[in-house]
Amino acid sequence: MISEAVVDLSRLQFAMTAMYHFLFVPLTLGLAFLLAIMESVYVMTGKQVYQDMVKFWGKLFGINFALGVTTGLTMEFQFGTNWAYYSHYVGDIFGAPLAIEGLMAFFLESTFIGLFFFGWERLSKLQHLAVTWLVAIGSNMSALWILIANGWMQNPVGAEFNYQTMRMELTDFGALLFNPVAQVKFVHTVAAGYVTGAIFVLAISSYYLLKKRDQGFARRSFAIASAFGLASILSVIVLGDESGYEVGDVQKTKLAAIEAEWDTHPAPAAFTLIGWPNQEEQRTDYAVKIPYVLGLIATRSIDKEVTGIKDLLVQHEARIRTGMQAYGLLEQLRAGDTSDATRAAFEAVKQDLGYGLLLKKYTANVVDPTEAQIQQAALDTIPNVFSLFWSFRAMVGAGFLMLALFACAFWASARKNEERKPWLLKWALFSLPLPWIAAQTGWYVAEHGRQPWSIAEVLPTHLSASSVSSADVWGSLLALIAFYSVLLVIEMYLMIRFARLGPSSLHTGRYHFEQAQPAHA
Amino acid sequence: MFDYEMLKLIWWVLVGVLLIGFALTDGFDLGAAALLPIVGKTDDERRVVINTIAPHWDGNQVWLITAGGALFAAWPLVYAAAFSGLYWALLLVLFALFVRPVGFDYRSKLDNTRWRQSWDWGLFVGALIPSVVFGVAFGNLFLGLPFGFDDTLRSSYQGSFWQLLSPFALLAGVVSLSMLMLHGGTWLMMRSEGAIAARSQRAAQVCALVFLAAFIGCGVWLWQGDIVGLHISQIGAVDSALNPLNKTVLADNPGWLANYQLYPHTKWAPMLGILGAALAFAAATAGRGGFAFAGSSLAIVGTLCTAGFALFPFVMPSSLDLASSLTVWDAVSSHKTLGIMLVAACIFVPLILLYTLWSYAKMWGKVSTAHIQNNSHSLY
Repeated sequence: MISEAVVDLSRLQFAMTAMYHFLFVPLTLGLAFLLAIMESVYVMTGKQVYQDMVKFWGKLFGINFALGVTTGLTMEFQFGTNWAYYSHYVGDIFGAPLAIEGLMAFFLESTFIGLFFFGWERLSKLQHLAVTWLVAIGSNMSALWILIANGWMQNPVGAEFNYQTMRMELTDFGALLFNPVAQVKFVHTVAAGYVTGAIFVLAISSYYLLKKRDQGFARRSFAIASAFGLASILSVIVLGDESGYEVGDVQKTKLAAIEAEWDTHPAPAAFTLIGWPNQEEQRTDYAVKIPYVLGLIATRSIDKEVTGIKDLLVQHEARIRTGMQAYGLLEQLRAGDTSDATRAAFEAVKQDLGYGLLLKKYTANVVDPTEAQIQQAALDTIPNVFSLFWSFRAMVGAGFLMLALFACAFWASARKNEERKPWLLKWALFSLPLPWIAAQTGWYVAEHGRQPWSIAEVLPTHLSASSVSSADVWGSLLALIAFYSVLLVIEMYLMIRFARLGPSSLHTGRYHFEQAQPAHA
Repeated sequence: MFDYEMLKLIWWVLVGVLLIGFALTDGFDLGAAALLPIVGKTDDERRVVINTIAPHWDGNQVWLITAGGALFAAWPLVYAAAFSGLYWALLLVLFALFVRPVGFDYRSKLDNTRWRQSWDWGLFVGALIPSVVFGVAFGNLFLGLPFGFDDTLRSSYQGSFWQLLSPFALLAGVVSLSMLMLHGGTWLMMRSEGAIAARSQRAAQVCALVFLAAFIGCGVWLWQGDIVGLHISQIGAVDSALNPLNKTVLADNPGWLANYQLYPHTKWAPMLGILGAALAFAAATAGRGGFAFAGSSLAIVGTLCTAGFALFPFVMPSSLDLASSLTVWDAVSSHKTLGIMLVAACIFVPLILLYTLWSYAKMWGKVSTAHIQNNSHSLY
């Protein structure tokens, strides 16, 4: 049996490194497209200020991109170093999108990023524009493949267990590609990235407008960011990934936990706006409810039910019992009894093998648990309701705040009076953290909501870890914390320094600090 | 399409191609960064070195990332057992690689000597460590790694990081380090001029000799020493899905040389390693950067093929439990996954080669200190 400490530490390390990585990824996704839009305007109008915009925002893009690359490496190494059994058990399916991500997306993005920074004088205007677009497309393609991989963890379609090789194997690549969970996740995630890029440009441009410097540069940046941001935030909200919660048992459980739906109510269910979920007593205290709304947003219908947690628990307990049979039959198969009857019996119940494996946390044999262990394993299938409930609301709240901001910014920018609205500029500046809050809480909901599984209904997290010692994982965790803290301080220092300096950092002689005093830095 | 056995062989070739691609491309930028303190005496000179690789290091590094992804997808058991078993070696490489993206991008953003010198050291160490560890890891494959599987195919590893540093493995580390530094040196001969090119020339000459000594030394060690390779004595049908534990492996392949006796024409690989390095040495001596780079490239291809041919069909031999050794026949993904990945590789690898060559062609030419001074704020 694997030590609990190794599993918990590996989870902590994965959560920390993934969330840290996702500080940089959304900005890359969004800024890449903004750069491509700005450069398109430059090529179409020939106005120098748009090239300066590409170069300046590109400088900040580069500072961010470097850490995105750095922290992405950790993610690829970590599946192998800390989640070796996971890698073996699902590598046949999960590895493919990662490898294709490398071939299709990383090469594209990384080869052309070099030309983006250093090719200004070597490439024609159109060639350079194409390069910038290819960087943007490459980064978005990489999001597509990683979310196909992640979508499969949430809703593992197109694969089945092979008892001879003791792993899941791919049966339907099309199902993996067109997994509905992956599709909504992709749209939701890249649009959230565009919002991040837009807020970033909007906030920093507002800072220049508030300081009344480089106004022509800032006003144009503000205009592009507000339009792009408004379109993006609408996509994030309208195409919010709630629609992905209809498929797959774990997605349903996640939805029930997010909404603290303890009981199955007649459709359309009421939406709990706020409340105090109490997992032990399975109820929500102080709930403020809005009738019908949950049924509408979760099922996009008025007649489909949202299954409550108590009913899900009953279903899960039944599946654990079937899973015990599946495990028993698997043992028979592996002991050499591969008769047609045994194989057929295993085929009939193997979809619940994963539920049986949940018992591995309590008993090595799986087939002989106590009643209390079965009950405990069933309770394990419900993630922490309180934290999911509130993280989700933080994400949605941040989203609506940004919607209001972009609407006002777009309106002001269209009427060309944003400079006369310091309240708007300050609001935009102080909204800078919002997309990161939304992204981090959103990923927390998606991934903590998947617990206790690493692959929904297939492989429990506690079986997925490597056979390494807890001292090893402590060591790597502490080293990563140390490295990441230092890197974050350096990155923030450079980012703030160059953001404050503004386009003067290009040393073109056209901007604020170069006119007032001799250039430096 | 291809039968399963054929696909298993093709993926052995493709993983090799990705590793060779990594060594050929990221190899010269690792090598150049490892030569940074030797060939760049002033800040401007070091910026020349960095800017010869500035537009390319990121794309080059993707060869490594894709090789990792391909390992995950095509040989999941190798990925699982190697990455968790070689835990600290891999983390060491990871931490070293951390320094590179930030080092390249941040180094010249501030005009502060201490800041820049710190990053220069970071880039040097960040190149040195992976270059050595990759060789040490390969050396350990010849010695066998102390890992095994239980009956659910969960891997466990009975060894420590320090045990990897045996004399033979360290010699293999010298092979990889000198090979990549040679490659970096010949690259800099082509892409720089004056004092930097002259120092790179000296470095390439020295590295070529060190490489030749270490590479031939490894060969002699295998031939005359006490390292015993493995050989499969019994295995199921190789065109079917196999569990690695269901085979019999014997340790009766002295020095891993059986394949070279069985298939004598494979001896071109070690010959190429030696002749490539000899060509690099001769061309470096004659001051011909292009030929020297061709020589170091051939040496890389020869060296990696030498190791791959010797170990075949093993890809990760075990010293703990011979049957747990992973081979191209039983460490692989399903027929379907290998087929789909092959289609993806056939579409994208030619495209990648095409636009990579275009990007090199566009950025070709010598980087000079004058160029650095004139573009101080837009270059690395």
